[in-house]
Amino acid sequence: MVHNKIKAGLRDGIPIAAGYFSVSFTFGMLAVQDGISPFHAVLISLLNLTSAGQFAGLTVILSGASLLEMALTQLVINIRYALMSVSLSQKLDHSVKSFQRMLIAYGNTDEIFAVASSKPGSVGSRYMYGLILLPVVGWVGGTLAGAVASTLLPAAVISALGVALYGMFIAIVVPVAKESRQVLMVTGTALVLSAAFYYLPVLREISSGFTIIICTIGAAGIGAALFPVKEEKV
Amino acid sequence: MIYAYIFVMAGVTYLIRMLPLTLIQKKITNVYFRSFLYYIPYACLTAMTFPAILYATQSPVSGIAGFVIAVVLALRKKSLILVAGATCAGVFCVERLLEML
Repeated sequence: MVHNKIKAGLRDGIPIAAGYFSVSFTFGMLAVQDGISPFHAVLISLLNLTSAGQFAGLTVILSGASLLEMALTQLVINIRYALMSVSLSQKLDHSVKSFQRMLIAYGNTDEIFAVASSKPGSVGSRYMYGLILLPVVGWVGGTLAGAVASTLLPAAVISALGVALYGMFIAIVVPVAKESRQVLMVTGTALVLSAAFYYLPVLREISSGFTIIICTIGAAGIGAALFPVKEEKV
Repeated sequence: MIYAYIFVMAGVTYLIRMLPLTLIQKKITNVYFRSFLYYIPYACLTAMTFPAILYATQSPVSGIAGFVIAVVLALRKKSLILVAGATCAGVFCVERLLEML
């Protein structure tokens, strides 16, 4: 069975678009608050379509780090998409051509991947275009709205909103860590490593971009070596 | 310079998504590599959040308050939006309290 109706894709994309609007609203706000112009913030959202990567990218830009650091940070933070793309390549119908795969790849976010994977059988290019369109509109529109709102809000509100993304990250990690002892160990390792790189002499001289890379590879690597995950969970 | 950052960022992110989707057709079978990829988001999000959240606000006190609120609500499996919103509200209230002291 092939899912290839553009309308079905659009319908499935509505809840994703709504969620993206509120998340990217925060991104637009943070970016402008950090001195990025609303136009550049919107351009980042349109070209990247990823939350954690954009957030980290913002940090890299602000710290004035090298382009190599930017490339490595994005590589490490977004490497999970490589696994999703491998998985999605098995899910796409054989009728989907290479250039169509190149278009679909742009929209392979966590949520779009999750929805496409949940369909029984295979998915076609028209369904995927429909599924991707509204989340992109939500993501870019939210960024613009947040960027504009940020110029209107008082400093006290902006300080409070600065923790919104951290709150979201915690909401992603903690429930899984609660259920899985393995994820809890990986999270704990990352937390200890990250604190060490922040507070300890010598280690704290290392830029935040590289710190994130080292902590991620370290904690995920230790997790993979000690607790390899069973097939169905990955 | 901002454009160089943006295009490097976008280029790397796109290639990560595009290359496997177009080139790799066979399934990755190495259990350790699959596990490594599975753990990456959790390790990465944690490293980005802590201890940065403690210093993202006007005072570490409100940062700690936000951190605790987020963890408690996340343990109760509240939605992303609710956790993020409550964290912001908590930070805002604590900062108003600190101003009064």
